[in-house]
Amino acid sequence: MAAQGDYNGMVVVDPITRIEGHLRIEVEVENGKVKNAWSSSQLFRGLEIILKGRDPRDAQHFTQRACGVCTYVHALASTRCVDNAIGVNIPKNASLMRNLCMAAQYMHDHIVHFYHLHALDWVNVANALNADPAAAADIANSISERPTNADDLAAVQAKLKAFIESGQLGIFTNAYFLGDTPNEAYVLPPEVDLIATAHYLEALHLQVKAARAMAVWGGKNPHTQFTVAGGVTNYDALTPERINEFRGLYQETKAFIEQVYIPDLLAVAGFYKDWAGIGGTTNFLTFGEFPTDEYDLASRYYPAGAIFDRDIAGVQDFNPDEIAESIKHSWYDGDSTLHPYDGVTEPLYTSLDDKERYSWMKAPRYMGKSCEVGPLAQTLVAYAKGQEESVAVTNMVLEKLGVDATALFSTLGRTAARGIETAIIAAKTEGWLQELEDNVASGDTELYTEWEWPEESQGVGFVTAPRGGLSHWMTQKNGVIENFQLVVPSTWNLGPRCENDLLSPVEEALVGTPIFDPERPVEILRTVHSYDPCIACGVHVIDPTTNKVHKFKAF
Amino acid sequence: MRVSVGLGKDGAEERLAKRGVSRRDFMKFCTAVAVAMGMGPAFAPKVAEALTSGARPSVVYLHLAECTGCSEAVLRTMDPYIDALILDTISLDYHETLMAGAGDAVERALEHAIEGEFVCVVEGGVPMIEDGAWGKVSGKTMLSIIEHVVPKAAATICMGTCASYGGVQKAAPNPSQAVSVSEALGGITTVNIPGCPPNPINFVGAVVYYLTNNGGIPPLDSYNRPELFYGEAVHDNCPRLEKFENGEFATSFASEEAKNGACLYELGCKGPDTFNNCPKVLFNDTTFPIIAGHPCIGCSEPDFWDNMSPFYEM
Repeated sequence: MAAQGDYNGMVVVDPITRIEGHLRIEVEVENGKVKNAWSSSQLFRGLEIILKGRDPRDAQHFTQRACGVCTYVHALASTRCVDNAIGVNIPKNASLMRNLCMAAQYMHDHIVHFYHLHALDWVNVANALNADPAAAADIANSISERPTNADDLAAVQAKLKAFIESGQLGIFTNAYFLGDTPNEAYVLPPEVDLIATAHYLEALHLQVKAARAMAVWGGKNPHTQFTVAGGVTNYDALTPERINEFRGLYQETKAFIEQVYIPDLLAVAGFYKDWAGIGGTTNFLTFGEFPTDEYDLASRYYPAGAIFDRDIAGVQDFNPDEIAESIKHSWYDGDSTLHPYDGVTEPLYTSLDDKERYSWMKAPRYMGKSCEVGPLAQTLVAYAKGQEESVAVTNMVLEKLGVDATALFSTLGRTAARGIETAIIAAKTEGWLQELEDNVASGDTELYTEWEWPEESQGVGFVTAPRGGLSHWMTQKNGVIENFQLVVPSTWNLGPRCENDLLSPVEEALVGTPIFDPERPVEILRTVHSYDPCIACGVHVIDPTTNKVHKFKAF
Repeated sequence: MRVSVGLGKDGAEERLAKRGVSRRDFMKFCTAVAVAMGMGPAFAPKVAEALTSGARPSVVYLHLAECTGCSEAVLRTMDPYIDALILDTISLDYHETLMAGAGDAVERALEHAIEGEFVCVVEGGVPMIEDGAWGKVSGKTMLSIIEHVVPKAAATICMGTCASYGGVQKAAPNPSQAVSVSEALGGITTVNIPGCPPNPINFVGAVVYYLTNNGGIPPLDSYNRPELFYGEAVHDNCPRLEKFENGEFATSFASEEAKNGACLYELGCKGPDTFNNCPKVLFNDTTFPIIAGHPCIGCSEPDFWDNMSPFYEM
């Protein structure tokens, strides 16, 4: 059982670190267990207000600045949205290049999340000093085909020792695994702590290469600059030199995923199996990703769909008309619950003491239900719909951990699903690359389709980002934005309560979490980080001047 | 991250070697920084000295109204990797994206760090509306945090266009009344490293300048950007400059000219009006948007979101 104290009272964690953006989490603890939770976003910027009246083609550059961690995904969503509004069909190579850039983003983002944003919730870096490097090497060699040398681990340990003895702890100052008494929430043996710490450092280097792979297509990372309504611009990336540059960087990243990330994930998870019963939610939604036909949701390699009440067998198709956002508990004027196109909203900040209105995020709901989005939702829907790779890799992970499928509905399941998804996308990438290479070899170098503005139109772009379902919605008149809306993953996962007072997924997931030490509440971070929060994306406001009911073409 | 030997006065190279950073790699990096600073390769030894000296200033890195793209950019440099040098050379005492602790624990770390001498780096603009109430960290407004921290800093570096000039949230109609760090604090001088994101080498270069000049700040242009990095227009060093001079322009992203690498000016490229070193130092050590066939959007210029848009002309 997870270590649990006997604390009664409130615990506030603000800022939540190791995320993008500004998030405050408040929980009420009773007998060492979370009884109630509030997730509160702390910054309002108003990107959608800024977009009104601008050229729709510029939207991708503005929206991409919603988040620099999950970079590219907003550029893609806005571009798909404008593509849709102008009714253009982009060339096959443009779709492939968009997919390849997205695949690189998934690989980069999930590696960084696991090692640099999430690992310190499970791994006690200081405890790695107590490890026997030879024993650690034996463990590493038993879980991965990649050879590990005891001397290398001893060198990491020596560096770590010198660092801690220097007394300047930098980013580890006041870490939750430090303190006068041990934090019993950390349970890894020192050898596994040492392996994970060594790989934390290695991943800092590897992520640079994964990002460079993405820049081969995107022109730079963060904040790609190669998508345009009608296709992509990067003819330079069609040269054999660039394709091979990507292939080399990608293969190195893929090897790291298969030989380091996945073995580490399984090794760490094996010691925290109690977290397979903590942090679960009920309903799941995903839009699918990696299309062959950009505007046919059914052509996506990962399928779209919804699962209610954990009923995997009853998986349902996705219907975009069923999305609505509530502002009853948000810092906006009014109590409405409306489809993204129909909203009327104005900022109205109250205070941090207000428990009725407590976040800049809205509360999106699907068929009235609070739905989790992200790797777990995507993996569950793919599993339910029989996508071969998700079934095989998920079953492998469950078997290695010795747990059944119900374990997926948890904090541990969410973190495992992120690894499952990464491994599957890494394996799939070679096929897309080969297809692009073959097309170019056969003389097809088309990347862009000409188009013209329709007088008046509307469009939507669906993306499943590494953090989950993302959608951009727009109406335009003669090439000018009338209304532009973002409904983003972290709003689904980390928003506040809705008009029916249903908790958001993270609030639901936190209830029941054991807390060992309220001064060092790492358990809260485990579940919050398992969603990979990206808060700046989540805060937006609907055009306050529009109250028309729009009807949009649903895919 | 700074889990390592730490670079002291003595034996720094040995320690670098232990970390897998060879002398050759290290000097290659120092040369790249020296060249980016406009000092030429001969300045590389001085860069090396600065990066391995005993001085390890404390750095406090604040996040305001931002997207964390600038922090991500800092993590992307190579030859050698940024963590091996910068995070060993400075003491990164507060950085919300990387810190292990959270909540009260990191607030205490911040308060402790600013008791001593430190350099402040700020990422993000400052929302001013309702006395700053639309942006808070640990229950305090971002405005009150910089009012508390920045005046105590030995120097303040604005990382990215948001901290330097207000950024994307400042674009019209500027709903949160966002401003730059300098404007929020009554016009103080900050070292601005604009870009969306900036090239990390410009940030590294500014830090190196500070270390090699006894805490001095580099010569700045009228927008408080170091002339070393922002002294020339993108256009003047553009790999497509010859096409411009020969009158070879792409007129559509589908045109033969676009396929053949013609100049992107007629599609909306802002290279002639944008001062930055992208063509010289590249992003991710390999490319930048104009190589990728996309017009420059002018991201290192003040208020480019309004002044340079619409970004496409066709």
